[in-house]
Amino acid sequence: MDTMRDRFAPVVSRLLDEDPRVAVVLAEIGKDGFAEAMARHPERVINVGIREQLLVGAGAGLALTGLRPVLHTFASFLVERPFEQVKLDLGHQDVGAVLVSAAASFDWPAGGFTHMAPGDVALLDTLDGWTVHVPGHPDEAETLLRHAVAAGDDKVYVRLSTQSNARGRAVDGVRTHTVREGRGGVVVAVGPMLDAVLDATETLDVTVLYATTVRPFDAAALRRATEAAGTGVVLVEPCLAGTSTAAAGDALADVPHRVLGLGVGRRELRKYGTTDEHLTAHGLDAGSLRERIGGFLRAPGDA
Amino acid sequence: MTITTERHRGHRDLPRLMGLMTGDEKHGPAATSTLDALWVLYDRVLRVTPGRLDDPGRDRFLLSKGHGPMAYYAVLAAKGFLPVEWLPGFGSYDSPLGHHPDRVLVPGAEIGSGSLGHGLPIAVGTALGLRARGLDEPRVWVLTGDAELDEGSNHEAIAYAGPAGLDRLHTVVIDNSSASHGRPGGIAARFEAAGWSALSVDGRDHEALYAAFTAPHPGRPHVVVARVEPKAA
Repeated sequence: MDTMRDRFAPVVSRLLDEDPRVAVVLAEIGKDGFAEAMARHPERVINVGIREQLLVGAGAGLALTGLRPVLHTFASFLVERPFEQVKLDLGHQDVGAVLVSAAASFDWPAGGFTHMAPGDVALLDTLDGWTVHVPGHPDEAETLLRHAVAAGDDKVYVRLSTQSNARGRAVDGVRTHTVREGRGGVVVAVGPMLDAVLDATETLDVTVLYATTVRPFDAAALRRATEAAGTGVVLVEPCLAGTSTAAAGDALADVPHRVLGLGVGRRELRKYGTTDEHLTAHGLDAGSLRERIGGFLRAPGDA
Repeated sequence: MTITTERHRGHRDLPRLMGLMTGDEKHGPAATSTLDALWVLYDRVLRVTPGRLDDPGRDRFLLSKGHGPMAYYAVLAAKGFLPVEWLPGFGSYDSPLGHHPDRVLVPGAEIGSGSLGHGLPIAVGTALGLRARGLDEPRVWVLTGDAELDEGSNHEAIAYAGPAGLDRLHTVVIDNSSASHGRPGGIAARFEAAGWSALSVDGRDHEALYAAFTAPHPGRPHVVVARVEPKAA
């Protein structure tokens, strides 16, 4: 199966052909995929070299002239390194862009911590007005990329990963979907965590929600789910543990509830290896999830 | 958009306009370091007027050095971009005029600035965007300070813009010797090494500024280093 990132250049290259507003800015990473598009649209496919602050600042300048910039590099270099540019050149200037990252939390574990960004979504959460898509399959990535580029002048982050569920689902760029209904709690699986969550909850009487657009957080969907399944809530995210617990807490602010946030731990493991080994180390494989979700939702005192 | 009806303010009115913000007509060199360069740009170089703020074909001026913006506001007021009546409220809660400018609040301000090192990268993108839209006429100007060039983001922009041949891009560096660690070889040399056209002039001499601002620079971005009194003086 191809990866989400394999879809990125072909999809955005088509959008470059279709929409004269679309422009792509790269900082070396990912340029091969855009070689043809760059030949066709030399003024709208721009590689600034290894300059990530300029990547974001130039994207803002393009937006100020009315274009729809798509900015791409690894998450560490797109969100973390030029964070002040993201905050000021886009947010404070009141212009939009589509940020498309690769490498996610640990797509390349052998590359080490320099290329891991589990905190990217949490970091963007300190800013106002961002839409955040976390697709769980290449087909969903394609759909969400199109939504992102078409979203007027909004500020949109699309988090691409090699982690993937076995099959894609119908996603609409807005809503959280109900995958399974139960009565003993709600588990929200974010993007590529769905398969492991379904596996882990197979024998549990729980509702499973699937979220690929996590900001704005679909508070209404979570509330509806808790009405039938109770207000014990587990969030399983492919990024930093707790990234969405505040959003879930806000959704349930006026009812007694319990929330457990599962995801990537803060502690740097200093391990290489494979993505699966890192998922296991962070307790995000199906076996660990079964234990942690079951333990939390079976705990006494649940509504 | 509020446009003042007074049209005849000139360079000699600027100290009075600045005084409306500070309550003081005697401004130190730091407060006025940008004043003459800004005046010559807005008076004789930039093709932008209060009536053209939404015109895609207008020239863009990006104040990157958003510190001490009184000279900027005074010039914008003198040229009718914002009402003179706004000036006395400078820095107050309901005033659109902060100690760093906000493009969302200040008519004619192309960017909000204050944090150093953002204007030049945004100007690079603006030049690229105008080119992509087929707008070959508008020129992009960005003003930085000499110490602001310490920011690495500016070096990313300088190093890219030269080889990319962004000949619509212009930078004016106000050099008041405020960088703690100066530049061996001078500021202009840094730009020239990156393929820019560069001129250094007396930042108080209007004719010299005008000549440097309008010097041809085919195929290359252009920088004018405007030397003024040292900040420490």
